[in-house]
Amino acid sequence: MKVVILGCGRLGAHLARRLDQEGHDVTVIDRTSESFSRLGSDFQGKMVLGTGIDEDILRRAGIEKADAFIAVSNGDNTNAMASEIAKLVFKVPHVVARLYDPVREDTYHTLGLMETVCPTVMGSDKIHDLVMGNGKAK
Amino acid sequence: MYIIIVGGGKVGYYLAKSLLHDENEVLIIEKDKRKCDIISAELGGVVMRGDGTDSIVMEEAGMSRAELIVAVTGDDEDNLMICQMAKKKFGVKRTISRINNPKNERIFKLLGIDHTVSVTDLILAQIEREIPAHSLVHLLTLREAGVSFVEAKVQAGSPSVGKRIKELGVPEDCVIPLVIRNGKGIVPHGDTTLMSGDEVVAVTVVDDEDILERLLAGNSAN
Repeated sequence: MKVVILGCGRLGAHLARRLDQEGHDVTVIDRTSESFSRLGSDFQGKMVLGTGIDEDILRRAGIEKADAFIAVSNGDNTNAMASEIAKLVFKVPHVVARLYDPVREDTYHTLGLMETVCPTVMGSDKIHDLVMGNGKAK
Repeated sequence: MYIIIVGGGKVGYYLAKSLLHDENEVLIIEKDKRKCDIISAELGGVVMRGDGTDSIVMEEAGMSRAELIVAVTGDDEDNLMICQMAKKKFGVKRTISRINNPKNERIFKLLGIDHTVSVTDLILAQIEREIPAHSLVHLLTLREAGVSFVEAKVQAGSPSVGKRIKELGVPEDCVIPLVIRNGKGIVPHGDTTLMSGDEVVAVTVVDDEDILERLLAGNSAN
């Protein structure tokens, strides 16, 4: 599978390494070159320097042939816009965006253009369950 | 009319000033404290400090009762988010967005953002007019209709010099409604002969622009 990942932070780099080890064709985009050091020296994929909301940069990352686009930069707005470009302009079949803000996540989820992941809600649910025992408060 | 402007830079500030003058209810949302202080010192209590892309801030600003949202931050992704949230989440009918990267205009249109203003495009068009690097100057483009109004200067040595308009072989979907000669407008007809220095205004489908450029300006600039 050809996967383009936007954002080489902790999540982006972790996911990129994992997909790379599984034998997928991975390209990572980030605005700062230092971020790519998170990928480690054994990373086989491609690295593209630039902003993820620029069609030219996305093209350079091979988005035209990508099976999946994953937006996990640290900005919700960047992730949303990049995902919309991936879906509407490049017709990438699988688009996933990370959005920290639950309200934004809800809105974009409803729009139905992309799949959304909200770490705030996921984290909160998980912690709630850990403390309250699966939602069954005593 | 209640208008919310997101972004308190120079564009946001002067926009607010004019809109207030026209007796609108205006609120500026701006992140930066220093900018907020300047705005409230100059215009009074019309500024709210916060991230205009944050749904909580949007709600506090009373976005659901706003008739118009104007997003004029320096970041396209923020402007897009503001307009989309305003429309989808808060039911705002009209949004206007500033665009910094001209290529994003198409994306905004695809996503239903009614009106966009591309500052870069405006300046570029002005430069084209002043210093024509391309022989075809875009006066107006109706993107959805796929039609543009263009202007071309007939250069000395161009194959169109001395030709009548009907002899040019202009594509079917092009019309030449105006020729400017020595600063005076002429409404041409098929028998009008083009002269060196004429400025020809044409209406054309976007796809035929290249043909038109070749016919009118010849091999001059490009």
